[in-house]
Parts: sequence; structure tokens; C-alpha cells
Amino acid sequence: MAIDFKQVDFTYQPGTPFETKALTDINLTIPDGSYTALIGHTGSGKSTLLQHLNALLKPTSGTVTIGERVITPATSNKDLKSLRQQVGIVFQFPENQLFEETVVKDIAFGPQNFGVSETEALETAEKMLTLVGLDKSLLDRSPFDLSGGQMRRVAIAGVLAMQPKILVLDEPTAGLDPQGRLDMMEMFARLRREQGLTVVLVTHQMDDVANYADHVIVMDQGRVVKTGTPQEIFKDPQWLVEHQLGLPKTTAFAQQLMAKGLQFNPIPLTEDQLAAALVAQLPATVFGGAESHDE
Amino acid sequence: MSQIIDVAHLNYRYPQQSADDLTLKDISFSVADGEWVAIVGHNGSGKSTLAKNINGLLAPVSGTVTVDGQVLSEKTVWDIRKKIGMVFQNPDNQFVGATVEDDVAFSLENQGVPRDEMLTRVHDALVQVNMAEFATREPARLSGGQKQRVALAGMIAARPRILILDEATSMLDPQGRYEVLQTIQQMKINSDLTVLSITHDIDEAASANRVLVVNDGRLVEEGQPADIFKHGPALIKMGLDMPYAERLKAALKRQGVKVPADYLTEKGMADWLWQLISNK
Amino acid sequence: MMNKLIFGRYIPGKSVIHHMDPRAKLLLSFYFIGIIFIANNWQTYVALFVFTLLAIKLSGVKWSFFINGVKPLIWLILFTVILQVLFSGSGGHVYFKWGIITISQLGLVNGIYIFCRFVLIIFMSTLLTLTTPPLELSDAIEYILMPLKVVHFPVYEVALMLSIALRFVPTLMDETEKIMNAQRARGVDFGEGNIFQQMRAIVPLLIPLFVSSFNRAEDLATAMEARGYQGGEGRSKFRILKWQARDSWATVSFVALTIILVVLRA
Repeated sequence: MAIDFKQVDFTYQPGTPFETKALTDINLTIPDGSYTALIGHTGSGKSTLLQHLNALLKPTSGTVTIGERVITPATSNKDLKSLRQQVGIVFQFPENQLFEETVVKDIAFGPQNFGVSETEALETAEKMLTLVGLDKSLLDRSPFDLSGGQMRRVAIAGVLAMQPKILVLDEPTAGLDPQGRLDMMEMFARLRREQGLTVVLVTHQMDDVANYADHVIVMDQGRVVKTGTPQEIFKDPQWLVEHQLGLPKTTAFAQQLMAKGLQFNPIPLTEDQLAAALVAQLPATVFGGAESHDE
Repeated sequence: MSQIIDVAHLNYRYPQQSADDLTLKDISFSVADGEWVAIVGHNGSGKSTLAKNINGLLAPVSGTVTVDGQVLSEKTVWDIRKKIGMVFQNPDNQFVGATVEDDVAFSLENQGVPRDEMLTRVHDALVQVNMAEFATREPARLSGGQKQRVALAGMIAARPRILILDEATSMLDPQGRYEVLQTIQQMKINSDLTVLSITHDIDEAASANRVLVVNDGRLVEEGQPADIFKHGPALIKMGLDMPYAERLKAALKRQGVKVPADYLTEKGMADWLWQLISNK
Repeated sequence: MMNKLIFGRYIPGKSVIHHMDPRAKLLLSFYFIGIIFIANNWQTYVALFVFTLLAIKLSGVKWSFFINGVKPLIWLILFTVILQVLFSGSGGHVYFKWGIITISQLGLVNGIYIFCRFVLIIFMSTLLTLTTPPLELSDAIEYILMPLKVVHFPVYEVALMLSIALRFVPTLMDETEKIMNAQRARGVDFGEGNIFQQMRAIVPLLIPLFVSSFNRAEDLATAMEARGYQGGEGRSKFRILKWQARDSWATVSFVALTIILVVLRA
């Protein structure tokens, strides 16, 4: 399922003294099956754009096409349910949305709102818990007794249980430790493969963009300022700095090497790409497989 | 250098835990005056609990904590808290004042500092963290990084000897994280502050003189950042990001390249690679 | 992200009224409500209106804000006015009588006066909240409650609670919006269906809101303790209020108004 924005403007509280324009002339496509990263510094309009992806907000002007549905300023707030079922959003710190007495009930909450029977929803919930890598023994526990990382996984399972076609992730790894971040990102990559999901990732982590995304949308001051593959986005470091964005660590490091006189074409984005590029240039003497290392 | 913090055989258990289940197990270490020590460990390893034991927010089951020559007890706890400034993880939940300057003044009000002195100390502190122009702003209109800098200004104004950072940058965006870390480094230069930072952030850990690794409530390792960082991929399990040079080393190793066992900084790594390739 | 409602609807400005001591503003607003009851003929009401409109003019706040202040209460006002008109008994010319219901000249005049009182009170209290940040109001309340310390009323603590509560209003509104969005994304319809369905929809909002508020409260208490908070005693104060010449002049003008009212009174 694809999402298409055409000339979308959005203004908060129009016609009041507190009127603020948040989005201006947004034109973009999130292709079906893509792993799209949405980047931009804090306050660039990412959160507002995100809420248009399942019509939590409707454009002030322009149209948003989500699958078959066209959302215009005149779209009624009713009958948006089927849309929200198809586009699942995992908000930042999603553990804050848990409320049921047990984990299984919380996961089953979404599907039941979309008309799935209780027994069926509970069955789905059980499956989802395994899918996010949690043990079945947690099903009947109170979500508030779990660790922070576990609570987040339960919340994500609650969104997956609606069986959306598009999964939107708003900074899903914020506040986790490095192992937790790694596991979480790997889990989304796996879900995408296994479930054939279209993924939209809102993030500040350029390394995650380099490692996982195949399509990037850059926002600044409520506008889309660039779209393209990670390769296209990261090839111009000066431009990124101007928009208060960083580089993937590898790209920044490759720049240091380029300043010394090394050449890379294309510029590497991940450490494996850089390693492969270096291997071609390194002298044969450094190859020898395992060497002394204190591990 | 004299020891400003000394922790000896500290055991801690939360009230809801059973008797044989401890969150902190026999922890001993000391911190020298003016030192910057990073405490790392994955979430749930007990490192925040450890920090709260040092300024008496939590009381240990057994063991002693000595801060600046005073043994922590019910009698000394308020004296010791005056010497320790603590910045927590969530920028919103530690902002007490209704405006920036009110928040910076909060510790001073608690110590009964006269108002005239407060005015200058609050202003100076805000200038130091580069937030003076926001003095009368309300917290709702600040970014996370700005709120954390206000919290740091509160510490500067109160003039503690020790600064404890309990994952103070973990909820910030890269820009905010960078600004806060810069501010801390500047504070360290401006005064002979001792810093204890609990973190997952490799840049924060790299700023430290020494790194302590906590796992499952025990102190499992300590050393200089370079000694700890050379663990490579095992760092992730310790709750620390991998330094970039180590990540690249691991990738090169996968390609069959012999890499140096010692920790290299990014610059060191770049020099090493350049030397190999240019001398080919 | 955006706060739909600006708490207390404070409109920043630089007028004399904005710069007045909040204690003066608060006390004089109460005083004004008291002296309204001196008025009992059209001359006195005209005097009150002239005074109020002058004050509004001085504040530089748009008239529309004051009209909007009356709007939500208009039904309550009309209801009271109609009761007054219908049940004032007979006095002067009687236009209509049916059972206990009488519409007389006296009733109509009383009705108009009641209406004027309402409008005056709303205008003056709106002026207070539009020109005074909530925090200053809470400071003023603290000073005004100070005498209660004699009977061991925890004035400092109450004032700190009030200021923390005000400080967290935007935070909690933000949080409410975030949780609502998250639950709407999970298929909850807020404000739709019958009363029972609406009540049910509120549970997934209220529980997370309570949980997060408790967490915040716990964090805040820890942070306050770490920063040496041990209760109100022995604390010094950063925020102070200053009574200035303009506050004395304002007081004088209210006294003058009182004298005028007494003179013009029937």
C-alpha cells in the first residue's frame, strides 16, 4: 500500500491568534513495500506529517491518498477506522499507551476496536507476543509489572495485532540501551521481511537510515527539502549540515580518509561497505584471518 | 589526589524484593577529587540505583558511602546532598520551577541563600549554559536539550563538588545531546568538579577518565576508556555503544583483515589505514 | 505538540495594568465586586461602566476577548435576569400578571441592573486573568494567605503545590494529546457514540494519564529531594512582588470610585 501527498498544507488553529503553519506544499510518495526514513531536525514538521499518514490530522489544503482512500480537508471524521487499521503507528515511547489489566488484553484491544471478535483477537495477541520476541508466560501479567523494554514490545505488538499494511515508527529506539536498540531495529527488519510490511521510520539516527532504509525524505521548516535513496541523500555532507542533520558514522569517517587522499566511489554508508572498499586498497600483508585479539 | 567518594561493600535491595535478591551486590569503588568517572551497564543492571545510593535517595542494606569525608547517614544526608548535584534522565520531570530562572533558583531557595546573592548566581549560571536569554521562559516552550541545560545551570548555581548525571542525555536528540555534553565539559573546565556519569553514550564515556562496568548489580570491570573500548562487539552487551573505530575493526576482521588489538581512536584508525595504503 | 488552550488565557502585554503588582490586581478585583453592590441607580452603573471600560482601554487588550468572556455564561445570566424580572413582585407600572408571575417596571429595571452587575464582574475578572500570568496570581495568593501561618496553615507548601500544578498544565495537556492520538490510532473514537460508549472510550486515556502522572510525580519528588528540598521552613524566596507607585494610584482610583458611587447613589 502506498501513500501519496499532493500539495499538502497544514495549519494549527487556523483563524486564531495562535495560528501556526506546520506544513507547506508537501508533495511526496511513500512507495508500496519501501522502507522509508523520514528525517529532519526537531521541529521540522515530522510529527505533523506523521499524523497525516492515518488521518489523525487532515490537510488544511491538498490531498493525502492512502491506498485507495483520498483524504481532503472536507473528509468526514467518521469511517476513518478502516484506514487506521491499515496504517499502524507506533508513537514515541509507545509504552505510555498501555492501560489494560493484562498484556494479552492490551494487545487484543486494537483488533477488537476494528470489529474482530474477542476470541480471535486474543488468539492474534498471543501470536504477536511471540512475533515481538517476548515469552508467552508474560500474557497474563500486568503490563505495568514489565521492564521498560518489554513494555515497549507489548505496545508494538498491540499495533501489529491490527495487522496493518503500513507500519509507522516514530523514534522506536529512544531511551533503550544499545543492545535494546539493536534488537529492536533487527526486529523491524525481520517483521518487514516476514510480513511484507511497508515501513516508515522517523529517526535522528543516521546510522539506522544507512543500515535499513531504501528511501529517504528530508524535512526542514515544514517542507520536504529532498527525497531519494540514502546514497543520494548522504553524498552531500555540506547540504546536510545546513539542514542541521548529521552523517552516518561511516560516511563521516570515510570523509576523514578522503581528506588524507583516499578515494571512494560511491561514498560508503555502512561499515561493511567501507570495509569492502578498503579491502580493495589495502596491501596483501594485512590479510591473514584470525590474529591475536583479546577475545 | 584525595578521594571524594568512597563506596565500600554496598548492598541494596528494593523493599519489594525478597531477602536473597539484591539489586546491588557488594559494590566497592572510589572516585578521586576532580575525576570524571563513567558508569556503564545495560538497562536494569542497577547503575541508576547505585547513583541514588550515593546521595542518600536510597539507603543501602549494608555497606558505607563516604562523600567528602562524611559518612552518609540520616544525620549527614542533607549536608551531602548540598555537595552533590544530580541531573536525571527525563528533562520534564525534574523541572520544578515555573520559569527557567525559578528552576535554577530552586536549590538556592532550599539552602536559604539571600535573594541578592541568588540573583547574581542564577544569572551567572544561565550565562554559563548559554540560556540567559531564556530566563523568563516557561519549560513548555523549551526543547529537551534546553531543559537539561537549565538543570545543569541549577547545579552550577548551587556549586556542588560532585555532579551525578543519571542518563542525562538519553532522551535528547543528537543536537541536544551534543549541547549538553559540551556544557558539561565546559563546567568541568570552569570548576574542579567531580563528575559521575551513568550512560550508554560512547562520547560521554570517552570524556571520562575512568569507566566502571556494572552488570547484574555487580561491578564487573573498571579501567580507562581505551582499555574498556577495546572489547569491541562485547561492549554492546555491557550497555555501551561501540566506538566507531571498533565497529570498523569488526567489519574489517570479517573481511579477513588483521587489525590491531589495542583500542584506536577514530583519528588513530584513520592514520593506521592511511599508512598501510599509502605505503603499499 | 501544540497547546490548544492557553491556560488562564493570559495575553502578554506591556500596559500599566500588566505591570501592576498581582496582589493589587487581585485585591482590587475583589474590592470591585464588593462596591458594585453600592450601585442602585443608572448614574452609579454608568460610573462603574466608565471606570471598567477605562481600565480595559488602559490594558490594551482587544475588546473581543471580553465579549468572549461573557459568551459562555450568557444563558446563566439570562436565566437569572428572567427570574428577577418575573418574580420581583409589583412596583411601579405593572405590565403583566399571571399567578405569581408579574412583569413590572421595578422588575424590568432590577433585571437590567442584575445584567449589568454580571457583565461588570465578568469584565473585571477577565481583565485580571488576561493581564496577569497564572504564576503571578499564585504568588499573590501566597501573600494574601500569609496571615494563615499563625494557625499553622502550610502556606509555602500550598503555594509551591500551586506553582508546580500550573507548571505541569501544559505538560499534561501535551501528554493527553499524545495518548489520545495513540489510542485513536488503535481504533478508539473519542466523543462519538452514546454516553456509555464515550465513557468506555475514556478509560484507555485516563489510565495511561494517571500512570504517567504518578511516574512524573515520583520523579519530581526525587529531583526535589536531591536538590535539597525539605519543606517550606528555612527557604529563601527568589520571586518577590513589588508594590509600586502605580499600585497605590490604582488603589486611590478605586477609593475615588467608591466615593463617587456613594454620592451618586439614590
